[in-house]
Amino acid sequence: MSELQVKTMAEFMAEGKEADILFWVGSAGSFDDRAKKITRAFVRIMNKANVNFGVLGTEESSSGDAAKRSGNEFLFQMQAMVNIEVMNGYNVKRIVTACPHSFNTLKNEYKGLGGNYKVQHHTEFIAELLAQGKLKVIGNLKGTKITYHDPCYLGRANNVYDIPRELIKSLGVDLVEMRRSKRKSFCCGAGGSQMFKEPENGAQDININRTQEALALKPDIIATGCPFCNTMMTDGVKTVDEGAAQVKDIAELIAENI
Amino acid sequence: MGISNIIFLVVFLVAITFFIRNLNRIIANIKLGRDIDRSDRSTDRWKNMFRVAVGQSKMTRRPVAGILHIILYLGFVIINIEVIEIIVDGVFGSHRFLSAILPFGLYNFLIGSFEILAILVLVACVIFLIRRNVVRIKRFRSKEMTSWPRTDANLILIFEILLMSAFLIMNATDALLFTSGASHYVTSFSNPISQYFQFMFMGMDTATLVAIERFTWWFHIIGVLGFMNYVLISKHLHIFFAFPSTYFANLNPLGQFSNLQSVTNEVKLMMDPNADPYAAPVADAAPPEQFGAKDATDLNWVQLLNAYSCTECGRCTDSCPANQTGKLLSPRKILMDTRDRITELADNKRKGKEDIKSLLGDYITAEELWACTSCNACTDACPIELDPLSIIMDMRRYLVMEQSAAPTELNMMFSNVENNGAPWQFPASDRLNWKNE
Repeated sequence: MSELQVKTMAEFMAEGKEADILFWVGSAGSFDDRAKKITRAFVRIMNKANVNFGVLGTEESSSGDAAKRSGNEFLFQMQAMVNIEVMNGYNVKRIVTACPHSFNTLKNEYKGLGGNYKVQHHTEFIAELLAQGKLKVIGNLKGTKITYHDPCYLGRANNVYDIPRELIKSLGVDLVEMRRSKRKSFCCGAGGSQMFKEPENGAQDININRTQEALALKPDIIATGCPFCNTMMTDGVKTVDEGAAQVKDIAELIAENI
Repeated sequence: MGISNIIFLVVFLVAITFFIRNLNRIIANIKLGRDIDRSDRSTDRWKNMFRVAVGQSKMTRRPVAGILHIILYLGFVIINIEVIEIIVDGVFGSHRFLSAILPFGLYNFLIGSFEILAILVLVACVIFLIRRNVVRIKRFRSKEMTSWPRTDANLILIFEILLMSAFLIMNATDALLFTSGASHYVTSFSNPISQYFQFMFMGMDTATLVAIERFTWWFHIIGVLGFMNYVLISKHLHIFFAFPSTYFANLNPLGQFSNLQSVTNEVKLMMDPNADPYAAPVADAAPPEQFGAKDATDLNWVQLLNAYSCTECGRCTDSCPANQTGKLLSPRKILMDTRDRITELADNKRKGKEDIKSLLGDYITAEELWACTSCNACTDACPIELDPLSIIMDMRRYLVMEQSAAPTELNMMFSNVENNGAPWQFPASDRLNWKNE
């Protein structure tokens, strides 16, 4: 099913046109099976709102976040400079991404290397579409209990706490908070490149600790806004109490209700 | 000038001299760190210092400890006005000289508030001792809180309790001496708290009362001078360093990590199509800078200042996801180790002793560093915005870029990024496949 309207920046250029905004898909959003669904959900939202966006497609490369946070500054800067060269070549001014890690890196760490863009997390962008009336949410999730897990790189790292919550609330759901939320949020365990390695020895895996906290609220859905958090919480639910709750990205919740 | 004034002056000058010498040593130790430019945004920096250090804005996130700490902080700052009076009296042999120069009402107000603060401080210290030793709050008893850090914390609290008791007893006996018309004790002052201590000294003769009053006076001032010097070898240095640490704190979003300039230069050279690949290095070129941190001197001076500012409260460790799930990492230990190592390294240097240790390996292990999720819970939790995470990252950089000592899975991730532009082994040509799935 290819009902999605997606054009690459190269296609825009070939037509002599420019996209208003670049959708940075990210490596997880491009290759991880679960995250690809989030990517598609977000594109459906943008299609619905007639957003004139482009993707880099095969010209996109890892943002370098994982390399940087592993200590491989060399690899990070190689990635950053290649990506910056590509994006500046397309005269990119605005970027939106569904990955808080790409969001943080592109927004904060590329500017020192010659990449100056207005970068938004997809929740910020969706909130803007709603505010501008380009998108309408049908709040038909009444009675659904949702808890929101703050991704570290969206929350503490960049102080975005309220917008994701407002989006969830716009669905008319019952939003319940974990004790450790917002700035006190407890990491899912994937940050700092832990996503790509086994955890160090310890008493418990971090995602289990966090999932137990979320499931204690007996939510129908654990919502988040990060492909890594999604993986960790999904695995967590499988281990702690399979089927106890769904783990969904905010983009998926919105896409299902427009 | 009597003999006691001379003794006072000598004690005072010796204490001050020691204090300045040891403080200068610590400052010299901090200057062993690499340079980092934090001279920008001075208005924002002053604001940050006033909000976080002076205003204690992050302390009350944990209300019990926060409010008790604010009492201690106010008590410390305000009661020390009394020390000015003690010093002048000590040097010139006057008695409560402030009462002579301040309006009667103001002096009464001051002494009255000192007494109220003193009793509040005393109570706060007792509660803190109970929290540490009876309630045994978890964060005060984790692994890195070995015998010295625990003793250090208790000593400071006991010290404060003794100082405050001495102050109140001094006032109690002084007031009794005033009432009995003893010579020299000619100042009446408001004693809202110490009057309730007077019953202990009722019926004592003047000589005994004078002895007790003098003893507590000397105890108070020697205690303060001793405490000042003790602070320099203790975790308690935050009473001075919290201010520069918040001033020089990282004001960028917490997620923004530094881009290493030395790496930027190399990468730019590599990507420059006009660079001559066979160019011989300039003869007098400086040796290339080491990437990342192996020892404490590879860290920058703000990180070292942070290490000396840490008061081991453990809020960072208590919120660290790695630590809370039983991993070896403790952000507090990262700062404590950094402080202990830079002190040891500088002492050895000063004494000309051989030094074969380093921060990495002898103090901090790779396992601790690889447990970090870089989630910034530690930096957010710190009441004075210290940054253990930047130390962890600098040490990871050394492990990876100088030693190629990343965990195997991360090395695989690196080669995937290098070869196909993604941390997983998927061909770059498949990047847009999601569109048609």
